[in-house]
Amino acid sequence: MANFQEKIAKLFPEATFEGEETVMISIPDVKWHDLALALRDDEDCLMDYLVTIVGMDWTDQLGCIYYLMSSKYNTMIGVKVTTTDRERPMLHSVADVWKVACLFEREVYDFFGIIFIGNPDMRRLFLSIDWKGYPLRKDYAEQNEVSVENERQSDMTDTYIELPDGKVEKKEVAIFEPGEFVVNIGPQHPATHGVLRFRTAVDGEEIKKIDVYMGYIHRGIEKLCEDLTYPQCLPFMDRMDYFSAHNYHHGLCIAIEKAAGIQISRRAEVIRVMMDELSRIASHCLFIGTYCMDLGATTMLFYTLRVREQILDIMEKTCGARMTFNYDCIGGVMQDLAPDFQKDVKALLEILPKNIKEYNKIFTGNVIAKNRMEGVGYLSREDAISYAVTGPSGRASNWACDMRKLRPYSIYPELDFEEVTATEGDSMARFKVRMREMEESAKILAQLVDNIPEGEYCVKVPKVLKLPVGRWFTVVEGCRGAFGVYIESDGSTKPYRLKLAPPCLPLAGVVDHITRGSKIADLITIGGSLDYIVPDMDR
Amino acid sequence: MQDFSTITDAIHSFLLSFLPGWLTTTVECVLIGVGLLLVYALLALFYIYYERKVCAAFQCRIGPNRVGPWGLLQSFADMFKILIKELIHLNHIDKFLFALAPYLVIIASMLAFAVLPWGNGLQIIDFNIGIFFLVAVSSIGVLGILLAGWSSNNKFTLIGALRSGAQMVSYELSIGLSVLTMVCLAGTMSVGGIVEEQSDLWFIFKGHIPALIAFVIYMIAGTAETNRGPFDLPEAESELTAGYHTEYSGIHFGFFYLAEYLNLFIVAGVASLLFLGGWMPLHIPGWDTFNHIMDYIPSVVWFIGKAIVLSFVIIWFKWTFPRLRIDQLLSLEWKYLLPINLFNLVLMVCIIVFGWHF
Repeated sequence: MANFQEKIAKLFPEATFEGEETVMISIPDVKWHDLALALRDDEDCLMDYLVTIVGMDWTDQLGCIYYLMSSKYNTMIGVKVTTTDRERPMLHSVADVWKVACLFEREVYDFFGIIFIGNPDMRRLFLSIDWKGYPLRKDYAEQNEVSVENERQSDMTDTYIELPDGKVEKKEVAIFEPGEFVVNIGPQHPATHGVLRFRTAVDGEEIKKIDVYMGYIHRGIEKLCEDLTYPQCLPFMDRMDYFSAHNYHHGLCIAIEKAAGIQISRRAEVIRVMMDELSRIASHCLFIGTYCMDLGATTMLFYTLRVREQILDIMEKTCGARMTFNYDCIGGVMQDLAPDFQKDVKALLEILPKNIKEYNKIFTGNVIAKNRMEGVGYLSREDAISYAVTGPSGRASNWACDMRKLRPYSIYPELDFEEVTATEGDSMARFKVRMREMEESAKILAQLVDNIPEGEYCVKVPKVLKLPVGRWFTVVEGCRGAFGVYIESDGSTKPYRLKLAPPCLPLAGVVDHITRGSKIADLITIGGSLDYIVPDMDR
Repeated sequence: MQDFSTITDAIHSFLLSFLPGWLTTTVECVLIGVGLLLVYALLALFYIYYERKVCAAFQCRIGPNRVGPWGLLQSFADMFKILIKELIHLNHIDKFLFALAPYLVIIASMLAFAVLPWGNGLQIIDFNIGIFFLVAVSSIGVLGILLAGWSSNNKFTLIGALRSGAQMVSYELSIGLSVLTMVCLAGTMSVGGIVEEQSDLWFIFKGHIPALIAFVIYMIAGTAETNRGPFDLPEAESELTAGYHTEYSGIHFGFFYLAEYLNLFIVAGVASLLFLGGWMPLHIPGWDTFNHIMDYIPSVVWFIGKAIVLSFVIIWFKWTFPRLRIDQLLSLEWKYLLPINLFNLVLMVCIIVFGWHF
């Protein structure tokens, strides 16, 4: 770690370093692109995975914090780039260094109005194109009336190019070539798993380009959280990826507890991990069912839903809800386990292997299913990292990106489970990885179900919770990939900035890349195998 | 064996006793038309109920069970609902073709009913190229689907229609060739003749290996021909919402829906005609008592029973297999089924020439 710090300091004398656990490098904007290349390519850094870009408004300056990880050394650093211009803030784009940055930068542009020089597609990402102002800026006061007109849309996008003399020029670029046959798949479409829209240019049955259009379920959770106390922020986690509600709750709780220095009881840790793994099985069950339905095998949905229902019954008994559990809280969990929790989990563990066997028998070996999935939507390991495709989809491309292993949290280091990876990188691999992950989750549950220690399920937490001044970034493993939580606190009861880095945004971002040249039916196969959840990407 | 021609002849002579010849024919045509419509509607209702129950059984559900005993009246309720639904008026479409398309589809399946061997002496028209007529009229349906997709002025329907066109035209070949294989064995194209030929033994046993191959190919191609899963690409709901009939509403949509179920019956019916003897009871040479007992079961029951059993297989396909992709669908036809079929035809001819069949 120190080694590469010295190297960077030598190469970029302007850079300043701070922080202990995660080093934060501050760099002037002009040097940022060079630093990015150095960080990615240098032998001692190899920061090839851009976790997220946190847009920030510190009132005196605007800027971004880039969190980077190395897939080889498993190190994480932050890079801070700022600008003082509030009228026309500009930073250099790193969209050519990490491909996922293109999407992340669009998000920052949408919320903070920071223009990224060199980004090929500087449109708003979530808000409509006639939205006034940039909502996550602290001085945002514009009133946006609800439009009664049809939504305006444009086939043009902007890109900003730096001329040799230092001036920046705006250029309009067409998204699709003239005369292309563009089909709107979504926003209301059975296979987009939510309100997502693919503007698909096709040539016959072949896909030429996809323009992902999101934001239909954007609720501004990050903005809302800035006006809520920390415990009040928690219920939003249920409403992002509603199939990994427990995992997301867990993530935010860890971040807040780390910042506040709260130590929770072991019983609470075990309960949290068990709930995480139960929701992972439930989520993967739903994935298998809906995925098979997307491919036309409707019956599988009913088979997998039976297991999912059983898990939801377990959760209902303890949490009182089947969907928005709101179970993890700061200091532990909301209430103690239901009396027959252990019995129910054991019953589940008993039927699960039989069911998985049945799924494999009816679907995985089917020749039509094989033809539909094998070799379809190939994603190489390099692309998976560059597009930040985490979770089972990333692991299917042989990228060991399980945050439970890479950045162990809670009691995961003590548990015996395997990180499931595959080398094929196609839709079939993504399907099989999830299948096997269910078995691994069951293994974790089997280890814990008889070892739930006695103790309090929730420690005493101050009624008014204030975090010290500082910033914290935590990554946990949701059901669909790495879920990052960034908290910046100014010492008050409310977060100054709460950035949620969901796994599904990059998943949707990679669709265009892997569907090029394949058939319309493959779009459904690929989209289904990536398993994105729209409320998660839109927030 | 009960012969329905005695009844039809009685009606004919009864009408002729007080009506001139031309009027008799007209009245008979009207009667047959009304009867056909009734059978058509009832069969469709039965099939909807049947498929829902079968599918429910596969999916560990109960299926419709609220309306009437065992949910039997559910499809009647659905029919009345679809009859009173609004026909949504669309702008920017080719109104004439849009309205014409569902009728083309439904007429195609109705015409096919004319030559089906419903029972002993219970066939609307039996002429020497019956099976050829059947293949011809069933391919009118694709015209309706193409028109529906094109006239709706919608990209999804257009893709659905083009897929359907490619699929139907391809699989017509397989159907035609496997029908031809069996016609070779029968030595006649008349539907009545084909049934009569099977009075000692059904063709699937008589023609053994090539007949079995032709049967399997016919079932696959027939499933594709009816646009049912795993070949339901033209209306692949997860890709094209509802494919070519996305823009249709009310009874116009109902016509497509009806035609789909009736095509299922027709495909199963033709399969039972060509391979399982049509209305002919199961006869085994030498087992005279057995054959005699089998004759007591009415021929209509034989025919409809066979068709329903075969439809069960097709429904089974649909609720088990995932959907194929368009290129896989076409390569299955052109690279596998068609060559096998051609080889099979030669094999059948050899077997007939050398008299190796039973």
